Amino acid sequence: MNGNGAGEQARSSDVVSVAAARGPLAMEAVSLAKDFRLGRGQVLHAVRDVSFALYRGAVVALVGESGSGKSTVARLLAGQERLTSGEIRLDGAPVDPSTRSAFRRHKSEVQLVFQDPFSSLNPVHTVRHHLERPVRLHQGRRSRAEVAREVAALLDQVRLIPANQFTGKYPYELSGGQRQRVSFARALAAKPSVLLADEPVSMLDVSIRLEMLSLLDDLRQRFRLALLYITHDIASARYFADEVLVMYAGQIVERGPAEELTQHPAHPYTQLLVASAPDPDNLGGGLHSFHPPGAALPGAAPRPAADSAAPSAAATYQPAAANLTDRGCPFSPRCPFADDRCRAEDPALLPVAPARAAACWHLDIAAPEVLAGEQRGGG
Amino acid sequence: MSPDAPVLDIKDFSVVYRTPGGDVRAVNQVNLALHAGEVVGLAGESGSGKSTLAYAVCRLLRAPALITGGSVTYQGRRAAGPTDVLQLRGHELQQLRWREIAIVFQSAMNALNPVLNVRDQITDAIHAHLRMSRREALDKAASLLDLVGIPRSRLRSYPHELSGGMRQRVMIAMALAAEPEIVIMDEPTTALDVVVQRDILAQIVELKAELGFAILFITHDLSLLLELADRIAVMYAGQLMEVAEAAEITREPAHPYTRGLLNSFPSLHGARRELAGIPGTPPDLRHPPPGCPFLPRCGYGTDACRTVDMSLERVESSAGLAHLTACPFVRPETPAPEPPAASAEQEMRA
Repeated sequence: MNGNGAGEQARSSDVVSVAAARGPLAMEAVSLAKDFRLGRGQVLHAVRDVSFALYRGAVVALVGESGSGKSTVARLLAGQERLTSGEIRLDGAPVDPSTRSAFRRHKSEVQLVFQDPFSSLNPVHTVRHHLERPVRLHQGRRSRAEVAREVAALLDQVRLIPANQFTGKYPYELSGGQRQRVSFARALAAKPSVLLADEPVSMLDVSIRLEMLSLLDDLRQRFRLALLYITHDIASARYFADEVLVMYAGQIVERGPAEELTQHPAHPYTQLLVASAPDPDNLGGGLHSFHPPGAALPGAAPRPAADSAAPSAAATYQPAAANLTDRGCPFSPRCPFADDRCRAEDPALLPVAPARAAACWHLDIAAPEVLAGEQRGGG
Repeated sequence: MSPDAPVLDIKDFSVVYRTPGGDVRAVNQVNLALHAGEVVGLAGESGSGKSTLAYAVCRLLRAPALITGGSVTYQGRRAAGPTDVLQLRGHELQQLRWREIAIVFQSAMNALNPVLNVRDQITDAIHAHLRMSRREALDKAASLLDLVGIPRSRLRSYPHELSGGMRQRVMIAMALAAEPEIVIMDEPTTALDVVVQRDILAQIVELKAELGFAILFITHDLSLLLELADRIAVMYAGQLMEVAEAAEITREPAHPYTRGLLNSFPSLHGARRELAGIPGTPPDLRHPPPGCPFLPRCGYGTDACRTVDMSLERVESSAGLAHLTACPFVRPETPAPEPPAASAEQEMRA
């Protein structure tokens, strides 16, 4: 990891998160790193030098493609994976959830909601069973009546109403949306301060995604949750989040306020993500003449990702390969602006505008208007 | 064969699932035509019957699914005359599937055989449907991979060694093995992330231009279809709600359900819009409500909707001749209804 020493990491944390305006600091990730050994001496750097903070009442979105390490970040924060290096702080104090009792304490503050409501609920247990356990474990309630009252209140909070119609049901009797509501209720049962939502709506129908996100938003407000929203859908992050972190090959390559970042992406990868989102206003033509924004520049390479004619296409949609290299910018194999420097040295995440940072050597070509601060007027 | 005869003509088509609790009317009186080289998008929520429709058309469903009415006529450019798909038996069906109508199934991980490598997978399909020597089949497999941009070295790979995008490309390559007239794609990009999804869609468009097949593209994500499809059919509770050219669906949606779908996805480009989504759940198709199935979730509903005839009618005010809607009351020019007070909480915060 050339050029990503402690000095630069301090500089990236100079960026004041817009999420901070919403409430007090709840959780901090400081230079998180996670390596997985693959055998044959290969090491996969699933997460490298990731730092950010979550604030009460604020939504931070972590956006990236499959294999970018976003779920691993969630699992690290939830204490389900051991850190290779770095530190997690909760309310300012470092936490080490590796012992059993510490893990339990950690879980009652930090809860995780999974992507797939079809496999994250136990098919042989009722809704009641899924909720009673965390109520007993984390709230320490003992009497039957108390537990039943709390379970009903939880179902009410996620709008599974009337609650008594749902307590006796098994997961197979519920729709995908209802199952995900049960997952939310189960997470809330621990009365957490931090909720990590790993792709909470991507398995659901488009028509009910919005309802689920507004439910999540409602819960965030009501319980002042610090919310980490993990998604590959950068459009939903625009509407839902305060701050967006864009992750690629285990690193944060860009961060900034949601509206500004999505409307004026600085990093070439963010530009590719934004250009790839379906655009209903761009009828028909879009798919036939798709190019990343940078390709409009004279001399820029054609679209970096798989072209059916390009023999090297296969390498480009294997992001995992980028986690294996130690040298250079991980996005350089797909980047239209990449040169020798990009392939040799990894750029650090540096401030580019108020509350924004990006890790790219060529921001002057890729996003001159962001550097010039012009997006302040438009965004 | 007249030049504008559709390659696939579905008329008054109905499918039920026989269950102990009564018939589930999964597909109800659907009329849809697919022309040569056309991309028709079929959009709807889970359970709306869109996959059932596509599989039933290929006669891929078995009991308790039952085709209860209607006709499906296939007329390919290579075929001598129109074929009544519902009358085909055994060997004739084998001739139709893959050679004339191929399917790219949802979730490529499950659709590919995990213990066969890519080469065996593709040559198996080729041997089942085409008369070819082993040598020819191997060449064909390799050239199919070229077609979808996967290096030939991947012929020896097993499905678990491929990325999600590559698996989906293998599925597409297999579907194209016999140069079919129609390719049915059932949520081919749903499990993939946006960049890969975009690449695959662009590739589908390229292949279509090169090989000239027609596509029936099934998805729950209307935003994809707006860019990809020539025409879009919106399905709800087993019935078609609206059929129109993609541009018309975007600019002047007629049916309230289509309007709801268009208002469900956050857009990345352009100004922030007020999003509403569609509150509520689809009806139980065992006991469908009388009249319009969308009534309980519809902001425009009146008492007249309980007895309404849901057959598709042309939208008079629309420029396109093929703009059809099942709602006789709401027209593109109809203003949006006043939102009920309860739906205020559905709106995302600004």
